[in-house]
Amino acid sequence: MSNWDWQVFCRDTVTGDQVAGCFATGRDQTYLQWMLQAWGMTVTVSLSALLVALIVGSIIGVLRTLPDSPKLVAFGNAWVEFFRNIPLLVQIFIWNYVVPDVIPMTANLPPMVLIILGLGFFTSARVAEQLRSGIQALPRGQRYAGMALGLTTPQYYRFVLLPMAYRIIMPPLTSESMNIFKNSAVAFAVSIPELTQFYLQAGEETGKQIEIYLGVLAAYVLTAMIVNRVMVFIEGRLRVPGMVAAGGMGGH
Amino acid sequence: MEPVQLSVFSWEVFSAFALKGLYYSLFLTLIATLGGVFFGTLLAMMRLSGLKWLDMPAAIYVNGMRSMPLVMVILGFFLMVPYLIGRPIGAEFSAIITFIAFEAAYFSEIMRAGIQSISRGQMFAGQALGMTYAQNMKLVVLPQAFRNMLPVLLTQTIILFQDTSLVYAIGAYDLLKGLETAGKNLGQVKSAYLLAAVIYFIICSLLSFLVKRLHKKIAIIR
Repeated sequence: MSNWDWQVFCRDTVTGDQVAGCFATGRDQTYLQWMLQAWGMTVTVSLSALLVALIVGSIIGVLRTLPDSPKLVAFGNAWVEFFRNIPLLVQIFIWNYVVPDVIPMTANLPPMVLIILGLGFFTSARVAEQLRSGIQALPRGQRYAGMALGLTTPQYYRFVLLPMAYRIIMPPLTSESMNIFKNSAVAFAVSIPELTQFYLQAGEETGKQIEIYLGVLAAYVLTAMIVNRVMVFIEGRLRVPGMVAAGGMGGH
Repeated sequence: MEPVQLSVFSWEVFSAFALKGLYYSLFLTLIATLGGVFFGTLLAMMRLSGLKWLDMPAAIYVNGMRSMPLVMVILGFFLMVPYLIGRPIGAEFSAIITFIAFEAAYFSEIMRAGIQSISRGQMFAGQALGMTYAQNMKLVVLPQAFRNMLPVLLTQTIILFQDTSLVYAIGAYDLLKGLETAGKNLGQVKSAYLLAAVIYFIICSLLSFLVKRLHKKIAIIR
């Protein structure tokens, strides 16, 4: 292990020649450029999936707390159980191979979109669970107060419950946002050109697996740190003094 | 487009290809839980020791592990361990080491919360009785910490069971791989993935149902 070869990142991906300055021009590409591209893919997939997860998870989370709608509550609960009890990798395979066959609407979607939906729906179950516990952590009187003011159900969710619930579930949402970046690594299994896939391919091509591996790992850790800083900043701005949701522990 | 049909997966096919994988998945879950809880507890004690030279390495290890994707850790161990011990190891064995090392970080966070949930007075009471730190931990703090955290530990075990499917990355023969192999032999890979989803769903739902019941039981006693 003594002979590191970090110059591998400056090699041209086609010819294998060293490129001065590490950035090739024109249509050529160095491994460093390829890695940055893969990093971009990881970030794109993760952020898009996070958006899907927040939207779908919010809807499901609200459904699960509706009063007088046992059917919608049951649907929300079933959704969470379904997406929580199947491993992400299996879900990704199903999105990639089975869903386009079974649901005609998705037949022409590119794999990347399918994976974003897969990762997003998987995470939506977890967001829904946190939002539910956030809403239920609020004193019941808040809901009743909204009702007593004559607000409709959408209105008191919009103006009374949700503004508080989102603010108190920021800490678990922080860890969920970090999780989604880590979980995006499973996309390698269906050949999405993201960081893990880059490691497998570039490591194989160059034979310098350890250097490539450490580079990719550093990218992941750096991403996790940046996401954490951003979320902590948002958390700090939104924090409600004295109110913290019981955050879920564990999970990856 | 191949028609999706689960009926081709008869018991004969399942036991021929997938049963071995299912056993491996369960075995990996069990050994990673036991090993993870053991080393996780040690890490938690290091972090709560109040000694900087114990706390810092444990914190770096735990936070480092927690900021890496599990797939990368699995690939990393598979890549590095042969360099460290000087001979190649099988994917199955590599996965076992990886999962113990990785899960220890997650279990240590749970155990840290568990130990902190025991009031300091109990530790002081133990000291007043003349107990050493080791006795105090073994007889007073840890039994209660385990008990308080049992539902969380078991929930983590369910997550761990799901995560064992990620050994796919290094080609270890687990439940998913077994079903996929069966599917490839029958020309029914898509059905195999669906069947995998069904089996994982049944096992995980059952386990989380049991954990919920246990949680209720424990919550009443406390």
